[in-house]
Amino acid sequence: MSVQALTYIFVGITFALYITIAIRSRAGSTSEFYIAGKGVNPIANGMATAADWMSAASFISMAGLISFLGRDGSVYLMGWTGGYVLLALLLAPYLRKFGQFTVPDFIGTRYYSSLARLVAVICLIIVSFTYVAGQMRGVGIVFSRFLEVDINTGVIIGMGIVFFYAVLGGMKGITYTQVAQYCVLIFAYLVPAVFISILITGNPIPQLGFGDQLVDEPTYLLNKLDGVMTDLGFNAYTSGFKETIDVFCITAALMLGTAGLPHVIVRFFTVPDVAAARKSAGYALIFIAILYTTAPAVASFARINLFESTHNVSYTAVPEWFKNWEGIGLIAWQDKNQDGKIQHAPGNAFEPVKPIFTGKFGDQGERAIDNKNNSESNNEVYIDRDIIVLANPEIANLPPWVIALVAAGALAAALSTAAGLLLVISSAVSHDLIKKTFATNISEKQELAYARISVFVAVVIAGLFGIYPPAFVAQVVAFAFGLAAATLFPAILMGIFSKSMNKEGAITGMLVGLIFTFSYILFFKFINPELNSKDYWLWGISPEGIGFIGMILNLFSATLVASLTAKTPADVKEMVDNIRQP
Amino acid sequence: MEKSFTNKNDYWVANLKLVASLLLIWFFVSFGCGILFADYLDQFTFFGFKLGFWFAQQGSIYVFVILIFIYINRMKKLDQKFKNLSGKGN
Repeated sequence: MSVQALTYIFVGITFALYITIAIRSRAGSTSEFYIAGKGVNPIANGMATAADWMSAASFISMAGLISFLGRDGSVYLMGWTGGYVLLALLLAPYLRKFGQFTVPDFIGTRYYSSLARLVAVICLIIVSFTYVAGQMRGVGIVFSRFLEVDINTGVIIGMGIVFFYAVLGGMKGITYTQVAQYCVLIFAYLVPAVFISILITGNPIPQLGFGDQLVDEPTYLLNKLDGVMTDLGFNAYTSGFKETIDVFCITAALMLGTAGLPHVIVRFFTVPDVAAARKSAGYALIFIAILYTTAPAVASFARINLFESTHNVSYTAVPEWFKNWEGIGLIAWQDKNQDGKIQHAPGNAFEPVKPIFTGKFGDQGERAIDNKNNSESNNEVYIDRDIIVLANPEIANLPPWVIALVAAGALAAALSTAAGLLLVISSAVSHDLIKKTFATNISEKQELAYARISVFVAVVIAGLFGIYPPAFVAQVVAFAFGLAAATLFPAILMGIFSKSMNKEGAITGMLVGLIFTFSYILFFKFINPELNSKDYWLWGISPEGIGFIGMILNLFSATLVASLTAKTPADVKEMVDNIRQP
Repeated sequence: MEKSFTNKNDYWVANLKLVASLLLIWFFVSFGCGILFADYLDQFTFFGFKLGFWFAQQGSIYVFVILIFIYINRMKKLDQKFKNLSGKGN
């Protein structure tokens, strides 16, 4: 059977599964809609958290990024797992003890202020919508490449599915579909990784395989990769080249941001008690670590396979996958030295980086491009980082069903995260804005109706992001983590660990963190992108890492203001004492 | 850790000590071994990996998982002692 037919079957079966689960777990109350009635088993919640967390970025983009960054790519691996230690030890148990519906709920109650709640809602909405946009791009890529439908149709189908189970089941429906989606995505990630590990090193465990010797010669894989890359003029794969301070700050910002992401935090509101919240953080990290320790192996296998299957190979003899991805514009080639062969080299092949196709074809039958040659580099190939995981099974010549499985897995990753994000956005609107701020006298039934309407609106906006993708999707990911790290994380942390932190301090801190981080990223990513290099950065810290500095400024300014203003009221101190007990 | 709590504040102090020591290890393996001393550790080989590279791409993640499970177990014991305390009506 063809890859396309198999993909239709796999995607069809998984979608039918998600819909069945949604119908069986409808939500009847606001508690079920927002936090699944606090009845989720810790292991199931661990899986749901893992699926919620592992997005299109983790599944599709991360291994590709690491593949091209080498050791510097570790910032994503450590940053996106290390945050769970902070979450488990510093936030999850206490927030569960607090026991309300949303993250702004905690901030609004702890700081006895609807202004604090409002600031938290604004941060939450910026962070979550930024994140949703990335998921929609993932859905679009998978649909257009594997199902060969129009990207817009793909996005509409994807949104339709999410809409169905999020509106019907709320958190309850999302939780159990996420459990299923975790199983689909992890299986889809591991199968090709194990296959490729066996093919290259003979070791069935990818985590060990990429430290092993090659099957066809007695050399360690990573040494071979370092050798191939330095011969071609690249930096060695296993050495780091980013400035240490930048690597440090990016890792810190990603960890703190992870711990402050509302759609992850809210998952810990769904378990029965404090002990279950701790346990489910542990299980979540195990389930996440299975993918995150496989990703660097996939990255190094892909890099070596890429060189071996395409470097110095004539375009006319290049494997099928190369032309397939060229067909949808994620690979482009220009024969700079006119030898008819593909050459890889450091640096960008063209100027601008992304190919602009003319619609005509070159001498070898390649898609001609309109970009200028980047004369400083001998590199002839543009490869979008996002295709590495999706193309990996094809690059390694794996059977068609594996390729189809990966497509279904990528969709599971994107949809599960999108659903989680849409739910926190809608509960922030229906619960924090409508019920707690503007229309406090509505009944539970009305609130539930507002919650469903908010999901609907959020889904439509997210769908528009997918159909008209903002050109800045890649650039804005820094916003999501930076802002979560600089605003929500410190506000919650101080709320639990410092009784003397008052509303004036917390609000000042959040605003300082928000404004500082937001303007730094805005300046380097949008206003003056030509200055976005380490010569101009503050202490050599890139916009990706600036959230860490934002967090420190937040803590300092909050502490300073709190020491100068009125003391925390006694009943709030009592509440803090209460959440500190199991 | 062996003696029982005399008041509720003991529970909080024991909790803070535990969290602080686990976070010290968390910082050491990730920011320490994976970033600050990674180049130094790279001179050692570990199962075919350069050690600094291994910590950055594998080891730190395994340690993270272990840390959370140590925390879960120790807190379970602390919770039990706290329960005994509350039972006595202090």
